[in-house]
Amino acid sequence: MFGYYLDLALRSLRRHMVLGVLMMLAIALGIGASVTMLAVLHNLSGNPLPGRSDVLFHPQVDPRPEDLPGAKDEPPDDLAYVDAVNLYRLGIAPRRAVMSGNWLPVRKDAPDSPLAMYTDRATTADFFAMFGVPFLYGSAWSAQDDAGHAQVVVLSRAMNQQLFGGGDSVGKTLVIATKTFRVAGVIDDWNPQPHFYDLNDGAFGKAEQMYLPFFTWLDLPQDYGYGPMDCWGNDPNAGAHDPKAKQCTWAQFWVQLDTPAQVADYRAALVQYSTQQHQLGRFQRAPNVRLRGLLDWLDHKHVIPVTVRMQTWIAFSVLLICLVNTVGLMVAKFLRKAGEIGVRRALGASRRDVFAQCLVEAGVVGVAGGLLGLPLAWLGLWMVRQQPVNFAASAHLDPSMLGVALALAVLSALGAGLWPAWRASRVAPALQVKSL
Amino acid sequence: MEIRPILASLRKHRIPTVLIVLEIALTCAVLCNAVFMIGQRVAAIRLPNAIDERNLSMVTLGGTDEKTSGSDIPRNLAALRGIPGVQSAAVVSTLPLSHNNWGWSFGTRPDASTFDKKTVNFSLFFLGEGAEQALGLRLLEGRFFNADDYAGSSFGSAPLPETHVTLVTRSVAERLWPGQSALGKTYYSMPHYYTVVGVVADVLRPNIGSQGEDWSYYSAFFPLSAGGSKGNLRRYVLHSAPGDRGRVMRAAEQKLAALNPNGVTKGMLYTDMRDQYFADMRSMAWMLVLVCAVMLAVTAFGIVGLTSFWVGQRRRQIGIRRAVGASRGHIMQYFQTENFLLSGAGVVLGMALAYGINLYLMRHYETASMPWYYLPVSAVALWALGQLAVLGPALRAAAVPPVVATRSV
Repeated sequence: MFGYYLDLALRSLRRHMVLGVLMMLAIALGIGASVTMLAVLHNLSGNPLPGRSDVLFHPQVDPRPEDLPGAKDEPPDDLAYVDAVNLYRLGIAPRRAVMSGNWLPVRKDAPDSPLAMYTDRATTADFFAMFGVPFLYGSAWSAQDDAGHAQVVVLSRAMNQQLFGGGDSVGKTLVIATKTFRVAGVIDDWNPQPHFYDLNDGAFGKAEQMYLPFFTWLDLPQDYGYGPMDCWGNDPNAGAHDPKAKQCTWAQFWVQLDTPAQVADYRAALVQYSTQQHQLGRFQRAPNVRLRGLLDWLDHKHVIPVTVRMQTWIAFSVLLICLVNTVGLMVAKFLRKAGEIGVRRALGASRRDVFAQCLVEAGVVGVAGGLLGLPLAWLGLWMVRQQPVNFAASAHLDPSMLGVALALAVLSALGAGLWPAWRASRVAPALQVKSL
Repeated sequence: MEIRPILASLRKHRIPTVLIVLEIALTCAVLCNAVFMIGQRVAAIRLPNAIDERNLSMVTLGGTDEKTSGSDIPRNLAALRGIPGVQSAAVVSTLPLSHNNWGWSFGTRPDASTFDKKTVNFSLFFLGEGAEQALGLRLLEGRFFNADDYAGSSFGSAPLPETHVTLVTRSVAERLWPGQSALGKTYYSMPHYYTVVGVVADVLRPNIGSQGEDWSYYSAFFPLSAGGSKGNLRRYVLHSAPGDRGRVMRAAEQKLAALNPNGVTKGMLYTDMRDQYFADMRSMAWMLVLVCAVMLAVTAFGIVGLTSFWVGQRRRQIGIRRAVGASRGHIMQYFQTENFLLSGAGVVLGMALAYGINLYLMRHYETASMPWYYLPVSAVALWALGQLAVLGPALRAAAVPPVVATRSV
């Protein structure tokens, strides 16, 4: 029966070509617009580290004064230097990394080589294992390197290409901010999106070009900034831009906690630490700690740009308009066929048969609209990628989104056809046959 | 034109009628809000900024030793001024729309401190000697800084410069001292205080937010000597004819790199920086324009489709009307009036919906309130679209010959 209905549907569409094309075009445009935005949203709200996100946590403590005007309840996102070092030394988490980012002047270790600025992340040894960073050559530096302020660096694949022309550069040296560093490893392309471990510079964008030990980095002779600093109070030394100032938060801190028991222990340890600092007189507020998992953290920080959310809403209103449009056209079309349906009913077709026939026709329109909508969505995403916006580069249509798009098209066309088909199946055969 | 027969016929086709009205209403609602958003973004992209944007190029110099800046900066500037085509050159701490913001809150009472809620936050621009001319600041009242102001200003250990003179924008002057001349007035952040020596036309902050247009212009300028700049003066600004900018910028990059072997230089045209600042907004505006076009096209398709259908269905009735004396004009008018009524119902519903959506967006996305005139303008646009879409099917209806009436279907 399905084959017969399909044949009928194609004939009917061919007979009312203009109407059929208009319906398909409407669905295609609606699907194209909504799938484009859905794909952008899907890419932006993805899990940056699938498989690892469940064990990564972001501890926060609150070192702010009691009476800070306009302060929210939420503790600062980042840690002050003292807290960063204390929590780093706490050592009860299986893995932990303290970090910050800026950019540094780098040149090859050869006379007269040109100086250029590269972005860097200063962090501690566990960063690589904890976040599952893939290495091409060599390996991460060790905890001893961290403790000994060793001058070692891990390069990104792209920076290794630029400075050393690719290849295994482990053991080679380069000059960073006037100091000589030895290459410990080269990592493969690695750029989790959103850039969860440090959202200060926007949640989407490029990965840093090199990684160096945090405490070595703090020793560098000049101030190249310590990432955005959030300071409070009327400190006379604030102009000196001192990273170790007690009233400035700027360092990111992440821990790996493998079991719920570890999470509970760590939370208790944070409260205990805050209490201790409170007793010492450094913390003025009662213990105010947070320990969010990676995905909770992203959710809390609202990483998806407001513009993208709004565009998605608009795209779905367009789809809704397209569907209303299709429903209207289908009602008109099926009602026009009242005579034909009357004859089929008089010859013995049940209401259910007529209903099925109409739905098949709606489904054909949906599949055709969806197939036409996919290239439109592809075109839309191509246009998004051309935009000079930092989240744009990651906009692409993956296979799962293709399936979603096609399913959305067929479902929406069937949804739009449901009611017109039901109405068509209610046609009274006698009345129609009489008027023929 | 009698509308009763039209209403009677619409009542017979209640479902398609309701659907087309709903479609027009939804389109109208989304169109109003989308056009409003486009308008807001275009307004932001075009915000005026009273510096010579089209004449400016800049080079940022990083990695130099701040201890020797007292001799390095004058030497660098002398070299830059020697580049052919450079009309003036100076060094500044930051530029409007550069994202490099240093904000501080001040009050008009001598005991004002940053803990005070009545203080006003503005962006601080530190100027090296001659920067007023190099940037092209427009003086409205008072004077620019003089050589003594520059020589006497430096950074100590505090985050604010040790000087007592300042230039403010017109917006700051009006915010702090509404209705009065700001000249000679003083603003405070204990223990610092600054007296206004001049008022300049509105210059944008390094970061403009969504706190309203005036807020974007809360900028204040301070003189700073090269020797006492403590690394705060790193952006060299070059004023030249617009056609010379690219060449001047490249020459300046080379000169600064040659003079400062440990330094890192990065050049940019001011207009490029401004474009980059607004890239996000521009892309969103284009996206919205595209979505609006798609939406209007779909709605027009809907109207064409449905009216064509009705025309086909009513061929016989049209024939009869023609046979009993209706002119082609009458038939056309019938369909046009019908569409006018449908669009009318749609836009009335749509305007209410648009208002509701705006209220929702205001609550959840910090959108501004939509001015009332967006509603009628969108309504008229949709009305026009409806009339345009119905033209084709109406003409086809008018072409139905009267003889159809005598034939059976």
